[in-house]
Amino acid sequence: MTAPATTVVSTGTPAHAHPFWRRALITREAAIIALLVLVIVYSIATVPAFGSPLTLTYLLRDIAPILLIALPMTLIIVTEEIDLSVASILGLSSVLTGVLTQAGAPFPVAALVAIVAGAVCGVINGFLVTVVGLPSLAVTIGTLALFRGIAVGLLGTTAITEFPEEWTDLAKALIPGTPIPVIMIPFVVLAIVFAILLHFTPFGRALYAIGLSKEAAHFSGIDVAKTKFTLFVLSGAVSGLAGVYFTLLYSNARGDNATGMELQVIAAVLLGGVSIFGGRGALHGVIAGVLLIGTLGSALRLAGISGEVINIITGVLLILSVVSAAVLAWARGRRISRIGRRRLRTARAAAPTP
Amino acid sequence: MVAAPPDPPSPAASAAPLLELTDVTKAFGAVVALRSGSLALHRGSIHALIGENGAGKSTLVKIIAGLYQRDSGGFTLDGEEVDFGSTAQSKASGIAVIYQEPTLFPDLSVVENIFMGRQPTTRTGGIDRRAMRAEAVSIFDRLGVRIDPDRVTDGLSIADQQIIEIAKAISLDARVLIMDEPTAALSGVEVERLFAVARSLRDEGRALLFISHRFDEVFALCDTVTVMRDGAYIATTPIAETTVDALVRQMVGRDVTDLFPKLPSEIRDVVLEVEGLTRTGVFRDISFQLRAGEIVGLAGLVGAGRSEVARAVFGVDRYDSGSVRLGGRTLPRGDVRAATARGLALVPEDRRKQGLVLDQSVTRNTALAIRSRLSKWGLLWEARETAASREWATRLEVKTNSLDTEVGTLSGGNQQKVVLGKWLASDPRVLIVDEPTRGIDVGTKSEVHRLLSQLAQEGMAILMISSELPEVLGMADRVLVMREGRITGEFERSEATPENVMMAATAEGAAA
Amino acid sequence: MRLAKTLFTARETGILLALILVIVAATVANPSFVFSGDGWRDLLLTPSLLLLVAVGQAVVIITRNVDLSVGSVVGLTAYLTGRLFIDVPGIPAIAVFLAGGLLGAVLGLVNGALVAYAKVPALVITLGTMYVYRGINIAWTGSDRINASDLPKDFRGLGTGMILGLPYLTLIALAVLIIAAWYLHTRRSGRELYAIGSDPAAAHLYGLPVTRRILTAFVVSGALSGFAGVLFAARYGTVASNAGYGWELQAIGAAVIGGVAMAGGAGTVWGAAVGAFLLLTINRALPIIGIDDFWQQAVVGALIIGAIVLDRVLAVRRHRKLIAEREDHR
Repeated sequence: MTAPATTVVSTGTPAHAHPFWRRALITREAAIIALLVLVIVYSIATVPAFGSPLTLTYLLRDIAPILLIALPMTLIIVTEEIDLSVASILGLSSVLTGVLTQAGAPFPVAALVAIVAGAVCGVINGFLVTVVGLPSLAVTIGTLALFRGIAVGLLGTTAITEFPEEWTDLAKALIPGTPIPVIMIPFVVLAIVFAILLHFTPFGRALYAIGLSKEAAHFSGIDVAKTKFTLFVLSGAVSGLAGVYFTLLYSNARGDNATGMELQVIAAVLLGGVSIFGGRGALHGVIAGVLLIGTLGSALRLAGISGEVINIITGVLLILSVVSAAVLAWARGRRISRIGRRRLRTARAAAPTP
Repeated sequence: MVAAPPDPPSPAASAAPLLELTDVTKAFGAVVALRSGSLALHRGSIHALIGENGAGKSTLVKIIAGLYQRDSGGFTLDGEEVDFGSTAQSKASGIAVIYQEPTLFPDLSVVENIFMGRQPTTRTGGIDRRAMRAEAVSIFDRLGVRIDPDRVTDGLSIADQQIIEIAKAISLDARVLIMDEPTAALSGVEVERLFAVARSLRDEGRALLFISHRFDEVFALCDTVTVMRDGAYIATTPIAETTVDALVRQMVGRDVTDLFPKLPSEIRDVVLEVEGLTRTGVFRDISFQLRAGEIVGLAGLVGAGRSEVARAVFGVDRYDSGSVRLGGRTLPRGDVRAATARGLALVPEDRRKQGLVLDQSVTRNTALAIRSRLSKWGLLWEARETAASREWATRLEVKTNSLDTEVGTLSGGNQQKVVLGKWLASDPRVLIVDEPTRGIDVGTKSEVHRLLSQLAQEGMAILMISSELPEVLGMADRVLVMREGRITGEFERSEATPENVMMAATAEGAAA
Repeated sequence: MRLAKTLFTARETGILLALILVIVAATVANPSFVFSGDGWRDLLLTPSLLLLVAVGQAVVIITRNVDLSVGSVVGLTAYLTGRLFIDVPGIPAIAVFLAGGLLGAVLGLVNGALVAYAKVPALVITLGTMYVYRGINIAWTGSDRINASDLPKDFRGLGTGMILGLPYLTLIALAVLIIAAWYLHTRRSGRELYAIGSDPAAAHLYGLPVTRRILTAFVVSGALSGFAGVLFAARYGTVASNAGYGWELQAIGAAVIGGVAMAGGAGTVWGAAVGAFLLLTINRALPIIGIDDFWQQAVVGALIIGAIVLDRVLAVRRHRKLIAEREDHR
């Protein structure tokens, strides 16, 4: 229990009410990481073939797009917005990569155009949200359909499957001597960049302020509109990058690639401790969330359980994570008022009213 | 403005009170909002409730409305003890509250707003729209107002919204009507209309409670007045037997000058020049100057446009024409970052919504405005934020157990200190404070005043917006007065008196 | 006079005109679009199913929520329909309708309870249940599929037959539409849905039974989707595990185009109904005017964005006008 009386701040006043270990370990992020470790251990023990290094390779290769997109998605949700169009941008980027490659463009050019197209999609989202002033839920439901629709419209039911071997090999390659896919390198770099951005820059501080109190952020000199716009563009560009990778990994450009992936990204982000209401969350939790969903999927597949069950589990996990957050918040509110009432009783007992 | 003297209370008023609170207390955690609240409302009377911000008026009202439950004390309605667990219960008992910001459903029509949840029905169980509309029209006729019953309430003026709230109360056959600062956003004509409505309700035998800061209105409309101070009941007097001075003394509790330790300071060069600042519909042609070492008070009634001017000067809002120059250089419009960088700071009116991020720590809040300054090579780590927060929390004597306590759990006074620390950390040359001591306990109040005085002495130029006359008169070297979007008066410290400031603020002196 | 003006400027009128325009344009390009046995029937049949789902969606959106799980509910109940007819020979159609509606209602109740009690945004909840319900559907269906021959002929006749020149399905949908419109317009609880969507905080302050109403809205949406699922089986005869796939997007699109604001508190089921017709008719008209029907989803997206931008522009303009009027009176 904390001490009842409050004191004037001095050099002796602690910066934190609790020691570091407590602050680091009693968090949602720690809980998710612990859960991840538990699932991994359990899977290694009970699912045959799960423990092999090949599992890790396939796992990381397959969830790399989700890992990538979860990075900017985290920042967007922290500012109390959402981007449901990410999977559609991925699909559009995949289609553009295929179409340009088929038309004879050198692959790097096709990839660059696809990524830029993703950024343009982000600009459209950002414009509608910050300039026109529409809620991001409504906008990105619309652009989810629009961008996916354009992707499907461009290719119809056909698929483009011819891609330069050097590039498709690169997408599937492993870091020499390890079972870790090469794509992890750019991912780790991006993850570090985003983590620094979110946790160690003024820009990151601004994001949390916007998510918790848009008005106070505005009064403090934060350009809320420009910040949110930037995030949507980032989301679009990263989704575009994920689209290029996706295409290479499966040697397949189709209009319906990655349909539904937005669910997995959002589920992972929320599972990782980011609050849907904004202003709360950290990247290490999100990465653990993505790995958790990926691990579960991988283990279930190896155990012979069919694909849809994974979707059911993802859906249930998503619902559980937000409901549990709501329950925790309610319990905390009750605890604070109980502490407050106890403080009042102590204060009253100490000082009789005149 | 309002000219009619109040009618003497009807004979029924001397009978037993319709609604009575005795020695009611209420606390939220460690914060005591009400130490001893008492009130007696009679039928056929318009009762004024006055007190400074933080005196406990709104807590008292919320207990009557059923939003809060009292911790202790007596509460009777028509002689019987009551305890409202919800707003629905108090409404069912005939109590209606008209808040400063009416909560209507913007997408629905006036008629639907009045009758939502209680619409008259036909035999088949559906809503009888014709009967509903007719009743609304008849209520409006009775009140003597003209509002289109079929239009949506979105975009209606606050005055009209209040009338609709009153219509709601009448349709509920409310016996007690509480009006919380109803005239804050009203023009002269609209205030007249509201008063006429209030008088007709009184004549019907209802009990009205009128909470206001404006003495002229209180004296024009009400027959009795209750004063509160620091969460406690002070006194109840018939209007005819008291004066503004007496009421002010009861509200403040001691001689005005004692509270404000104004230190002498040398007034030097002009640092801030505002010229011809205009925003259509909000304020017009605002021009003034601030000098280093000077405290300028900006007085006026709530709704005069003072906060809007401050926000426009600082860059939170845009303005249509005019200019702001800081240290000789023009400030770009609508750019808070630029203003902060050049040495301007604004401690806003609503500290909970505008000044602080309530869910974040003292450290995070203190460091927010200077986050770029605290960073090195673009990076920011907690140690630097903690150092800044510790420095300012110590200087301002913030009371908290640790620096990562959520500011939402601190008392009002400590919260305000955090906001002050946040902006003082940006090293401003000019500081604008908007209602700096609203909702703060007396002890912290004088600390804040002492701080402002010291800052002025050290050369800062301060613009202090305040609705508390004693505060303005006690602290300012110069007093500017605004009314309805324009500057209507300027007084040096020596010439400023409650009377001439009030006059400039209301265009009519307080009746006494 | 005032009534005439309201009707003239209403969103519903606008999209009705748009619908007529599209039909005319398509018919001019290819008269069999309307003037053929199949053409007329299909013009009315396909949107009728979506209409049911769109009406339910509109009710939810009016309360400032959203239901992304409707497509999955349709799929589940469509398969349930087939299974009931196969596993319970001789089962009366009415029982199947009841079962479908009930299943949908229960699925909707789950959504509503999580949203109303846990106070979690409907977007997240229904995103989750969308996949949970679809997963259950696929797991249950497996590689199986219901074929037209598995269903009783009378039942199938309901889905494709006509009376007085109108398909049964359309008449059923119309009946549902009229009931829903009456409820929302004339019942107290219906009006309270609008109040809750218009300002949830004020609704609580008023003492309206917010939790109960939100539960009702989601149950209605679920039940209507369930009902639509049964009719889906009647209409198409073939039910695979992807029945209803993507319908949530179309339902939301129909509602938004029809004037049901995503912020809640405004719009009518009439608008959602016309929106459903407009959306699907445009899709059918695309190939006729030479556009590949692969572009359908893009059209839906463009229409949704267009509708919400239009709403916003109109709202800003109206707000400015009101402020200016207030200024003139001062």
